[in-house]
Amino acid sequence: MPIEVIFFIEVLAGGLLAGVMYALVALGFVLIYKASGVFNFAQGAMVFFAALTFVSLLKLGWNFWLALLATLAVMVALGVVTERVVLRPLVNQPQITLFMATIGLTFVLEGLSQLLWGSQPHGLELGIPDVPMEWLSQKWNINISQFDLFAAFIAGLLVAVLAVFFQKTRIGRALRAVADDHQAALAVGIPLQHIWAIVWGVAGAVALVAGLMWGVRNGVQFALTFVALKALPVLLIGGFESIPGAIIGGLIIGATEKLAEVYFGPMVGGGIESWFAYVVALLFLLVRPEGLFGEKHIDRV
Amino acid sequence: MLYREAGQFKSTYAQDQQIFPIRQDRIAIAMLLGFAFVVVPLIGDQYWLSALITPFLIFALAALGLNILTGYAGQLSLGTAAFMAVGAFMTYNFVLRVPWLGIVPSMILAGLCAAAVGILFGLPSLRIKGFYLAVATLACQFFVLWALQRFGWFTNYSSSGVITAQQIVIFGVAFDTPAEKYLFTLTVVAVMALAAKNLMRSETGRAFMAVRDMDVAASVIGIPMMKTKLLAFAISSFYCGVAGALHAFCYLGTVEPEAYTLDLSFRILFMVIIGGVGSILGCFLGAAFITLFPIFLSVASSWLSHLLGVEISHATVSNLELIIFGGLIIFFLIVEPNGLARLWQIAKEKLRLWPFPH
Amino acid sequence: MKRSTLAIAALAFAAAASPAAAQNEQFIPANFYWVGPYAPGGSGFGGGMIDYFAMINERDGGINGVKLTWEKCETEYRNDRGVECYERSKKKGPTGAHPLSTGITYSLIEKATADKIPVISMGYGRTDAADGRVFPYIFPLITTYWSQNTAKIKFIGQKEGGMDKLQGKKIVNIYHDSAYGKETIPVLDAQAKKYGFQVTHIAVPHPGNEQQSQWLQVRQIRPDWVILRGWGVMNPTALKAAAKVGFPRTKIVGVWWSGAEEDVIPAGDAAKGYIAAGFNLPGTNFPVMQDVLKHVYKKGKGDLEDNARVGSIYHTRGIVAGIITTEAIRTAQARFGKGKPMTGEQVRWGIEHLNIDDKRLKELGATGLMQSLKVSCMDHEGGGAVKFLQWDGRKWNVITDWIASDQSLVRPMIEASAAQYAKEKGLTPRDCSKEK
Repeated sequence: MPIEVIFFIEVLAGGLLAGVMYALVALGFVLIYKASGVFNFAQGAMVFFAALTFVSLLKLGWNFWLALLATLAVMVALGVVTERVVLRPLVNQPQITLFMATIGLTFVLEGLSQLLWGSQPHGLELGIPDVPMEWLSQKWNINISQFDLFAAFIAGLLVAVLAVFFQKTRIGRALRAVADDHQAALAVGIPLQHIWAIVWGVAGAVALVAGLMWGVRNGVQFALTFVALKALPVLLIGGFESIPGAIIGGLIIGATEKLAEVYFGPMVGGGIESWFAYVVALLFLLVRPEGLFGEKHIDRV
Repeated sequence: MLYREAGQFKSTYAQDQQIFPIRQDRIAIAMLLGFAFVVVPLIGDQYWLSALITPFLIFALAALGLNILTGYAGQLSLGTAAFMAVGAFMTYNFVLRVPWLGIVPSMILAGLCAAAVGILFGLPSLRIKGFYLAVATLACQFFVLWALQRFGWFTNYSSSGVITAQQIVIFGVAFDTPAEKYLFTLTVVAVMALAAKNLMRSETGRAFMAVRDMDVAASVIGIPMMKTKLLAFAISSFYCGVAGALHAFCYLGTVEPEAYTLDLSFRILFMVIIGGVGSILGCFLGAAFITLFPIFLSVASSWLSHLLGVEISHATVSNLELIIFGGLIIFFLIVEPNGLARLWQIAKEKLRLWPFPH
Repeated sequence: MKRSTLAIAALAFAAAASPAAAQNEQFIPANFYWVGPYAPGGSGFGGGMIDYFAMINERDGGINGVKLTWEKCETEYRNDRGVECYERSKKKGPTGAHPLSTGITYSLIEKATADKIPVISMGYGRTDAADGRVFPYIFPLITTYWSQNTAKIKFIGQKEGGMDKLQGKKIVNIYHDSAYGKETIPVLDAQAKKYGFQVTHIAVPHPGNEQQSQWLQVRQIRPDWVILRGWGVMNPTALKAAAKVGFPRTKIVGVWWSGAEEDVIPAGDAAKGYIAAGFNLPGTNFPVMQDVLKHVYKKGKGDLEDNARVGSIYHTRGIVAGIITTEAIRTAQARFGKGKPMTGEQVRWGIEHLNIDDKRLKELGATGLMQSLKVSCMDHEGGGAVKFLQWDGRKWNVITDWIASDQSLVRPMIEASAAQYAKEKGLTPRDCSKEK
C-alpha cells in the first residue's frame, strides 16, 4: 500500500480511537444531564479525583482490585453527597445557576484532591503497553496503539453495561422515566431524589473509568481536569441527552480533528486542534440545533 | 425614617424617569462618586490602587458587558475573555500604527473591532439556544486566542508574543502613576456604566429582556430577532473589548493571549451570576466579591498562621482557599440565587420601612 | 455581606502591612504556586529556595548576621495574582523577586524597574533582558532560552559526530503553543541556516494533553532528532505519544522545563532514554545539600513535606536560586555595609557584580550542582552553559559535561531585540563603561 494511504489510515484510526476516549468523558455529562437536567461541569474534576484516589491507594500498597473497589465506593459516595448538598437545595433554579454551582464544585474537588493526595503527578499502568500493535506494524506498516484499542473495548463494554442497566433493571427503567418527564415519574411514584443520587453515583463510576483510561494516556495529574473541555464538542454534536450520540459524536470529533490537524494544520501554522472541534460542532449545530440525537426543544408561547 | 420619600414630589416627566428618583439615593451616589474621584486617589496607597481597586473596576466593566448579553438578553456566552483579548490587542495595534489617534479613540475603535467579532460569533445565537450556545461560544474563545497567537501582525512580530502596552498619553498628559491610571479607569467605567444603565432602561433594553424571557413571543409582537440578538452581542463585546484594553493598559501592562483564557471567562460569568443577573449594581458587587475575596482569603490565612504561630504547609493553605472559594460560590447560589444585588434590594426595602415594622 | 467582608479585609491588611521590617532582617518574597497543574514545579522550587535560606540562618546565623525572612504568596501561575503578590510583598521590602513564570516576569518588568526592585528570572523570562544596558533590573541568570537552544544543537552535533555532520539532517521542534514555546523558533531557524539542517516547527495547543496528530506528523517527517519544548502535562503526553508512533525517545531532547522527575514519571516506561537539558543537577550528594539535610530537615524545619522530593530537580533548582540570591546579598553587603539589610537598588548592584567562580562554588559546596557565574552590566545572563541528563526509568543520569552556548549567534539577536524594546519605550540604554 502506498505510504500516503497507510498514513491516512493511521491518522483516521488514531482519530477514531481518540474520539472514543472523548466519548468516555462525555458519557458522564450525558448521564447527569439526561436524568436531572444539570450540566455538570465538575465531571472533569471528578475524573481527576477518581484517578488520583485510585493511584494514591495503589501507591499506599493496596491491591489493584481492592483499590478499584474502594475508589468506586468513594466516587459513588461523592456523587450521592453532591446531589444532597449541592443539587437538592437548588432544585428549581434555572439551569445557569445549577451550572455555576457545578463550577463551584469543580473548585472544591480540585482543592480537595490535591489536599488529600498531594500535587505530585503519577504514572498509571494497566498492563497494556501504549505501543503499536506488533502484527499490524510489521505486516502492513500501520501503527495503531494497543492501549487505544483496549480503551475502545472498555468504552464499548461500559456502554453495553449501561445499556443493559437502563433497559433491563428496575432502577434503569425508573431512570429513563425520570429522564423523560419528571412530573410523570413523580406521579407514578418514582422517588426522584433517590434516582438523582443513583445517577450521580453512576456518573462517578463512569468518571473513574474515564480517569483510568486518560490517566494511562497522560499520567495522573491536575491537567486531567482539562479533558472535560475535550468532551464538550462531542456533547454538542451528539446532543446532551443521548448515549449513542456521545459515542457517535466522539467518533466524528476525533476523526475530523486529527485529520484537520495533520492535513490542514501545517497550512495555517498548526495548533488548530484547540478550536477545530468546537467550530465543527458549531457548524453542525447550525444545521441541527439540538445535536444529532438531542431532544428537540419545543417553545410554547 | 431616614429613607422615606415623603415630601418628594415630581412635577416633570424627566424627574419621574431619573435613575435615582429618591433624593437620599442621589445624595448617596454623589458622595460615593466624590469619594471615588477625589478622596481615593489622595489616600489610596499603591497596593490598594494598583492591585485591588483598578482590577475591580476593570472586571466590573467586563461583567457589565457579559451581563448585558447574558443577564438582559439571555444569551449565554463563555467567550468574554476572547473579546477582552481582541480589545487589548487592537488597542495596542492602533496606538502603534496610527499614533495620532490617541488612546481614547484607539480604545473605542478597538471596542468596535471586538463588537465586530462579537457579531460574527453571535450569528449562531439565531439558531442555537441555552447551553448549546454557551458551548458554541467556546469556539469563539479558542479561535480568537489561536488567531492572536498565530498571526504575528497582532503582536508586531515580537519573538516572544508578549508585548508591553504603551503609555497612556492624553493631550500631552501622561497617566503613569497608579493613582492616575485608577482615575482614567474610573472615568471610563463610570461613563460606560451610566450608558449601560440608560441603555437598559430604553427600548433596546426592553427588547433584550423580551428576547430573554420568551423570544418566540417577542418575535410575534414584532421585535426583530436577528437585529436584537446581534445588537446584544455587539454592545456586550464592545464593553468587554474596552475592559480588555483597560486590563492591558492600566493594570497588567502587558498584552498576551495567555492572560485571556477560558478561566477568565468563567470568572466573569461568576461575577455576573453572584452579583445578580440583569442588574447593573450586581456587576460591581459580583466583581468586588470575585476579585477581592481570594486575596482576602490569602491575607487572612497568612495572618492567621502568624497569629497562631503554626506553620501550615502552604500547599494545604492554597488548596483550602480553593475549596473555600468554591464552597462559598455554591453557598451563595443556594442562599440567594438572584445574587448580591437582590440582597441589596431587600436591604433597601427594609430600610425604607425602618424603624417601623410595616 | 460584602461590606463586612471588606471591613475584615481592611483589618487583615492593616495587620499584615504593619511595619515588619525589623532590624537586621532581609526579606525575600516567596511568590510561587502550590495549586494547579504546575504545582509540583512551584512547590519544589519554592521549597528549595526556602530550605537554603533556612540553612543559611541555622548554620551561619544569616548573612553576616542579617537573618533572612520570607513570606509565601500563592500566584496560581496567573499574571494578575503574580502582580498582586508582588505589590503585597513590596511593602515588606523585597529583595529580588523570583516570579517563576515568564508571564508574570513580563508583567513585572516595568513595575519593578520603576520600584527599583530587581527581578531574577533564572532560566526563563524575557531573553533579551540579558542585555543589561536596556534592562537594568531584570536578570535572566545562568542561561536563557536562546543560549540553551544553541547548546542543545551543539549537543546534537556532538552526538552526530561533529557540527558539520548536521548538514542535511532533519530536526523537529515540538513546542507548546504559547509565548514561552515560540521563543526559540527564531534562534532555531538561524542555526538551521548556519549549519544546514532542516527544522520543522510543530505546535501543540495548550494544555497539550492530546498530541496524537502532532506525533503522527513527526512519524511522517521521520526526523533525526526531536526537540521537545513543553510545559506541564505536555511533557509526559509527548513521551507517551512518541512511544505510540514508535519514535525512539533517545532521540528526543527536551528543554530544562521539560526535564524534571514530574515530567517523566507519569509517562512510565515510555520515558526511558529521554534526554533533557538542565542547568542544575539533582541529587543529595553535594555538600550544600548535605548541609541542608543536616541543619534543616533533621531539625524538622524542611519546607518540603515529602522527603523523597529533596534532591529532585526542582528542589535543587530552588537551592541554586537560594545560592544566587544570598551571594548577591553578600556581594552587596561587601560594598554597601556588612551586617546591614540591603535595599532593592543595592541588591541589584550585588546581582550585577555577582562572581561565583569555581573556588567559591567549592566553598559553597555546590561544585557540579551549578556552573560558575559571572554577571556584568552588559551580560545579565552570566553563564550560558547546560548539561544533559538522561532518564533511565528511576533517575536522571548526567551524560555530558557543561556545554557552552554559542554566544556569537545569540548575543547579536539579544542586542537587536533589546534595542528594539529601548526604541519602542524611548529608553536610553546605559553606558556600562561609565558605571562602577
